[in-house]
Amino acid sequence: MNAEQKAKNTMFELPPAKVRMRKIKERLIYSALLGCVLMSVLTTVGIILSLVTETYSFFQEVPLVAFLTDTRWTPLFADKHFGIMPLVAGTLIILVGASLVALPIGLASALYLSTYAKPGVRKVVKPLLEVLAGIPTVVYGYFALMFVTPLLRAFIPDLSIFNALSASIVVGIMIIPMVSSLSEDALGAVPRSLREAGFALGATRFEVATKIVLPAGLSGVMASFILAISRAIGETMIVALAAGATPKLTLNPLESIQTMTAYIVQVSMGDTPHGTIVYKTIFAVGMLLFLVTFAMNILGQLVTRRYREVYE
Amino acid sequence: MEEESLAFKRRLKRRARLDVAFHGLVLMATAFALIVLAALLFDVFRKGLGWLDFQFLSSFPSRIPERAGIHSSLMGTLWVTSITALLTFPIGVATAIFLEEYAPKNRLMNFIDINIANLAGVPSIVYGILGLAIFVRGMMLGRTVLAGALTMTLLVLPIMIITSREALRSVPSSLRLAFLAMGATKWQTIRHIVVPAALSGIFTGSILTVSRAIGETAPLILIGALSFVAFAPRSPFDGFTVLPIQIFSWVSRPQAEFSNLAAAAIIVLLIVLLSMNAVSVWLRHRYEKRNGK
Repeated sequence: MNAEQKAKNTMFELPPAKVRMRKIKERLIYSALLGCVLMSVLTTVGIILSLVTETYSFFQEVPLVAFLTDTRWTPLFADKHFGIMPLVAGTLIILVGASLVALPIGLASALYLSTYAKPGVRKVVKPLLEVLAGIPTVVYGYFALMFVTPLLRAFIPDLSIFNALSASIVVGIMIIPMVSSLSEDALGAVPRSLREAGFALGATRFEVATKIVLPAGLSGVMASFILAISRAIGETMIVALAAGATPKLTLNPLESIQTMTAYIVQVSMGDTPHGTIVYKTIFAVGMLLFLVTFAMNILGQLVTRRYREVYE
Repeated sequence: MEEESLAFKRRLKRRARLDVAFHGLVLMATAFALIVLAALLFDVFRKGLGWLDFQFLSSFPSRIPERAGIHSSLMGTLWVTSITALLTFPIGVATAIFLEEYAPKNRLMNFIDINIANLAGVPSIVYGILGLAIFVRGMMLGRTVLAGALTMTLLVLPIMIITSREALRSVPSSLRLAFLAMGATKWQTIRHIVVPAALSGIFTGSILTVSRAIGETAPLILIGALSFVAFAPRSPFDGFTVLPIQIFSWVSRPQAEFSNLAAAAIIVLLIVLLSMNAVSVWLRHRYEKRNGK
């Protein structure tokens, strides 16, 4: 029966049994679809539950105060210490370095694409940036270790092979496309009339870009920064390959460090029996990682929702 | 008077110079990203191309670089990605249909919206922890293809949902209303009108979703995909490794031969991903052309 016939049928009264069947079918479909929607809620519940149970049992053995104030992180050694600070410091270096690379460059290329680039150039550059965004992180990890680190060592001879500098630069490169495409969306949403009014008053493109477009799209740009930083915190493979595996309470980017994510990978690579304290550290560190990125994602969404300039 | 106009001209010149300088600056920033892309590709091809041959594609990993290959990891990627795609596509599209076509505007739906956006931002390694706790331990699936695929499904589902929703939203409501006005039920309208009209957008989204699944490494390390696997999986309940993990384990070795092998495996991975990317660009282009008519 094709669509046309079906439509014809409904012009006449359908037998009540058929109407009832149809209603039941529609109900069933509605429930099936709703079931799929609940999958996404269940995922969140699953993440929280699996993190909370093992984290709880972790804190049965390690006092929270030690976790927060101890300056050593050595769960894999005989003399075990569970101070999260070295891993947080490692993550912090990566995040600062990556932001220094990605935020200015991403914003600049967003300004370039939204103000200066001719449509033909845009058509070529945008897909290329998408390619950069689609490269798997393990490939970036290879690039950091095999290309960027040797390059840096040519300039900084006493740089260790595994170092935070190279990893943070490459994490920054990885999130450039994210900053630039989200920022460009925000800048592109600024109405044409505002730009044209600026040009009509004799402003240069630089003035229009920095004094009209950027302030008007600022909330979107901020949101893109926050989301990109959250991505940098959660980035795993680049830091696992290039930043090293030595948890150290330092802010020196030339040394080998370890981030929260890299620690989780290191432990998972080895054979860690279920129920041991080392196994539980995965969850405790994961919990902290989840909480931080979750807070940043919520913040990013709030900034876009709350402060979006509304134009007619 | 004379002086004032001179001052104005000077300022005008300075502003124009500033404009040119800024143009140069933002151009350089954009060029930087593209130069990095070129450097990455150049380095990978220079080191890896010599190692890439039929033997490399058909051999199992080995301690001897000359005999090593990516057969097991390629098959593992194929297994995990296929199961992930089979699970993600229906669940993702169904969720998108519900949220776009049925969902009432209320607090619960608002919450679900925010929830999905958040899930898209959860670090992939956290999904690995979820997979470890729920699929590997809780459901006792062990370190199998199935556990990997289920973990990956949850990871990429938000992307599938978000892209499918965009595709459904782009279908004009006049089409829906016309079909409903002829007496069709809601589901008939969706099945015969809305979904077909959104299909190319949905496909573009699913390509994006699958390529994300192909490139992910961290969650599969967590659920215990092995780095040295000398067999190809024969069922969803076999152990496995995937291409990105094989690359990871080769890059971690100090010998130069192994990093060249990693480069060769990266070439294979990038060829797969770039050709998928090309298909999605082509689909989008075709779709835009058809809509333009």
